[in-house]
Amino acid sequence: MAALAAAMIAVGASFGAISFAYALPWWFAPAMSVFVFAGGAQFLAAGLLAAGNPLAAVAAGLLLNARHLPFGLAVAETVGPRLRNRLIGSHLMTDEAVAFTLAEETAEARRRVYWLVGITLFLSWNLGTILGTLLGGAIGDTGTLGLDAAFPAALFALILPSLKDRDTRRVALSGMAIAVLLTPVLPAGLPVLCALLGLLTLLRPVTLLGLLGLPRPFTLLRRPARPSSPPCVPAPRKPPVRPDESGMAAMNDATDREARC
Amino acid sequence: MLIAVIVALAVGTYTIRLSGVLLRDRLKLSPALQRTLPMAAAALLAALAGTSALMADVTFAGTARPAGVLVGVLLAWRRAPFIVVVLAAATVTALLRLAGIP
Repeated sequence: MAALAAAMIAVGASFGAISFAYALPWWFAPAMSVFVFAGGAQFLAAGLLAAGNPLAAVAAGLLLNARHLPFGLAVAETVGPRLRNRLIGSHLMTDEAVAFTLAEETAEARRRVYWLVGITLFLSWNLGTILGTLLGGAIGDTGTLGLDAAFPAALFALILPSLKDRDTRRVALSGMAIAVLLTPVLPAGLPVLCALLGLLTLLRPVTLLGLLGLPRPFTLLRRPARPSSPPCVPAPRKPPVRPDESGMAAMNDATDREARC
Repeated sequence: MLIAVIVALAVGTYTIRLSGVLLRDRLKLSPALQRTLPMAAAALLAALAGTSALMADVTFAGTARPAGVLVGVLLAWRRAPFIVVVLAAATVTALLRLAGIP
């Protein structure tokens, strides 16, 4: 928890310093951290604002925060039925708070963790932002200090855990490639939005049905074998399994599943 | 103009957060859509990270910055603490520039 708070102070500080490096006014970073309180969207918006594209800053920031809608659905019971709690708790919603909360077993632990992480992150994030704004103001040439490398490195560190998921990795990396390749030819702000084209790598008829809310014959999460895989070879016949050999049964099951493709 | 951006982002973000909490019983997202939202977020963040690591305006950013970011990514991949990642990236870039590498 202390490590998380320290990390938040560091990221908040880099947000403050980066806003300064982008020549945004001193009140911009603290105002964003208090009223928006969403790390990724704040970085994205600052970058797009610096690139002179305020509309893209709002659109991309809100798009980025759209994930809070399913988050809200997930933690609604934890936040509780009281309107006051819902109004305050919603503002404290972050990736980290949701992740920590959903990792807890009991409802009581979830409630405690949600508020603890939420409040701690809000305070440390804003403290970091103020520090970064002050430090950024004290720094002359941010390029000499390599501050321009801190921001992409911070972003990569934040998204790295989510890239463990194969589909997410494919979408994110192809989106990144699209954005980098389009940067020389498109107006500022658009290349990053074009990264959403990376979602096209998911598109299969089955997925489309799901997006339209139609009933799907298969689930998206467990996709069938890739079409490029070699033709199926029938599994060698196993001797019938007696019910008491549960371990063997599981193994046979696994082999069967592999062979079935 | 900046204030308008902040207000729009603040109101929009808060609305998204609150509506998830309030609509718990009424809204039903398809599992595929629920799964796609974080992926879109990851794609946007990765694109921002990639472009800001490699590009300065419309041209390549030289050597120092991508090298520093690469060191940071490798450290993050090796589960180094966040602050180490950020400081290492900045330090490597700063040292390379000190050595005269742009």
